[in-house]
Amino acid sequence: MNNAKVLVVLEPAESGLGTANARVLGAVTALRQHLPLECDLVLCTNSPMQIDAAVAMPDVAQVMWPDSLPDVQAETLAPWLASLASSYGYVFIASNSFGKNLLPRLAALLDNQPITDVTAIDSPHRFQRPIYAGSAIASVYTEQTQKLLGIRTSAFNAVAPGRGTARKVVVPGPAGQCQSRLVSEETVALERPELTAARVVVAGGRGLLNRDNFNLLYRLADKLGAAVGASRAAVDAGFVANDMQVGQTGKVIAPELYIAVGISGAVQHLAGMSESRVVVAINKDPDAPIFDVADYGLVADLFDVLPELITQL
Amino acid sequence: MKILVAIKRVVDPGVRVRPFADGSGMDLAAAKMSINPFCEIAVEAAIRLKEQGFASEILVVSVGPAVVQEQLRAALALGADRAIHINTDEPLEPLSIAKLLRAVVIQEGPGLILLGKQSIDGDNNQTGQMLAALCNYPQGTFASKINPMGDEVHVTRELDGGLQTLALSLPAVITTDLRLNQPRFPTMPNIIKARQKPLRTLTPAELGIDMELRVITESLAIPRSRPAGVKVQSVTELLEKLRTEARVL
Repeated sequence: MNNAKVLVVLEPAESGLGTANARVLGAVTALRQHLPLECDLVLCTNSPMQIDAAVAMPDVAQVMWPDSLPDVQAETLAPWLASLASSYGYVFIASNSFGKNLLPRLAALLDNQPITDVTAIDSPHRFQRPIYAGSAIASVYTEQTQKLLGIRTSAFNAVAPGRGTARKVVVPGPAGQCQSRLVSEETVALERPELTAARVVVAGGRGLLNRDNFNLLYRLADKLGAAVGASRAAVDAGFVANDMQVGQTGKVIAPELYIAVGISGAVQHLAGMSESRVVVAINKDPDAPIFDVADYGLVADLFDVLPELITQL
Repeated sequence: MKILVAIKRVVDPGVRVRPFADGSGMDLAAAKMSINPFCEIAVEAAIRLKEQGFASEILVVSVGPAVVQEQLRAALALGADRAIHINTDEPLEPLSIAKLLRAVVIQEGPGLILLGKQSIDGDNNQTGQMLAALCNYPQGTFASKINPMGDEVHVTRELDGGLQTLALSLPAVITTDLRLNQPRFPTMPNIIKARQKPLRTLTPAELGIDMELRVITESLAIPRSRPAGVKVQSVTELLEKLRTEARVL
């Protein structure tokens, strides 16, 4: 085992490296403040586009990808990654639905206790992560020789592509498995920036009252070039799809500007957006908790405010 | 078929908690405790699968000190048939919990194992995936639909980019997400009946599991709070502030 080597497991991306992956590399940069590190990347795809993007990343020693890949289920990937990871002191992966599904399965195969949702790296052994929906920040310490970290991507800056000099290494792919099989996928065609990558996010809550009224939010988003998010209440009520949920159990984001419209601000929602640089709250209830975290609050009926905003922008 | 549901005792989601000023832990004194909401959804899913005739018995398991029996009794009142309490005062982490649950799985041989996707205290989102790995079972995490189909179970998963449906061979591990169901409330007769349902106590030593912590929480801090903001009176003022003061537009 080489403690000074980190393996970054890249999630498959639609194009290029993928925003989440670039931010995981930002966490590698953070660890390098404490420890000189050799960094290798492993892809869970053999898409030439992602291989090219990975090779272009600066300060990467080696980019590995599988010669063949039966599927990308955790049952297939975990044992394969466990054998690849054995010589690394650190394994990093994004703490999103891909990484959260995969990392604990990989860790258990290595008899390792992983640390998920890491928001800061304080030393080679000491990390921060939020608990209780962000009501506390835990400083955790481990002496495990291998440290498996799920990186909360909103907490780290993306590394920009550079002039990479990584070696390209094709490795034997994982064996197939017959435990799980993909039946269907409903992926959402993105018409707007992706929620976790957007500079501006407008989000709606129960105050929007129904699915149709979200069109007002989409129009505002298009004026701002923004992504659209939602509170759990709005998703539970069926106004929008689950992948738009911001909060403790949805996506955690930290855009430059977050505009919360008709969102009361439950603790579990605040856990997903309170690291945004500038927060605007629009709500007709002056006592809504969202105003406690808002830089700019406007107490007004959103059905008056939204059309005016759209006109004035 | 037998379904095993693992549940966790946590602070009630309606209670706001904060760390002690010295960072030594969370101040949970007198806080109301409940079944973790995601675990409650797992219990409800098991009850519905039994009502559909897919399962014949529901075994509910929890790990922790004697007080977790309150949550096991609550799950029995909801409709679980019997309970196992793994009694320990030691601090817990997902890996050791997964090992304990695996030992119970070996004893009990369930056809399906349900867990909440994460607990609302530790927010780890790990135990189900680790248990699946240790048992070498397939996993369906973040489930918003569970449909038995012949000798498989189809699980619809909530992902960052949409929904995905997997067919899992059995036995399998499923972790439940929020929109899977709306848990029922227990009825008074069922609460009384639950007192008579079997509850067995085991210890980690009896199961042969080492509880040594691999990751130690050294301290807890109160998150950096956002400075108090200002109220604006109009859309025009808001846009003006965003342009000239915050410089985000």
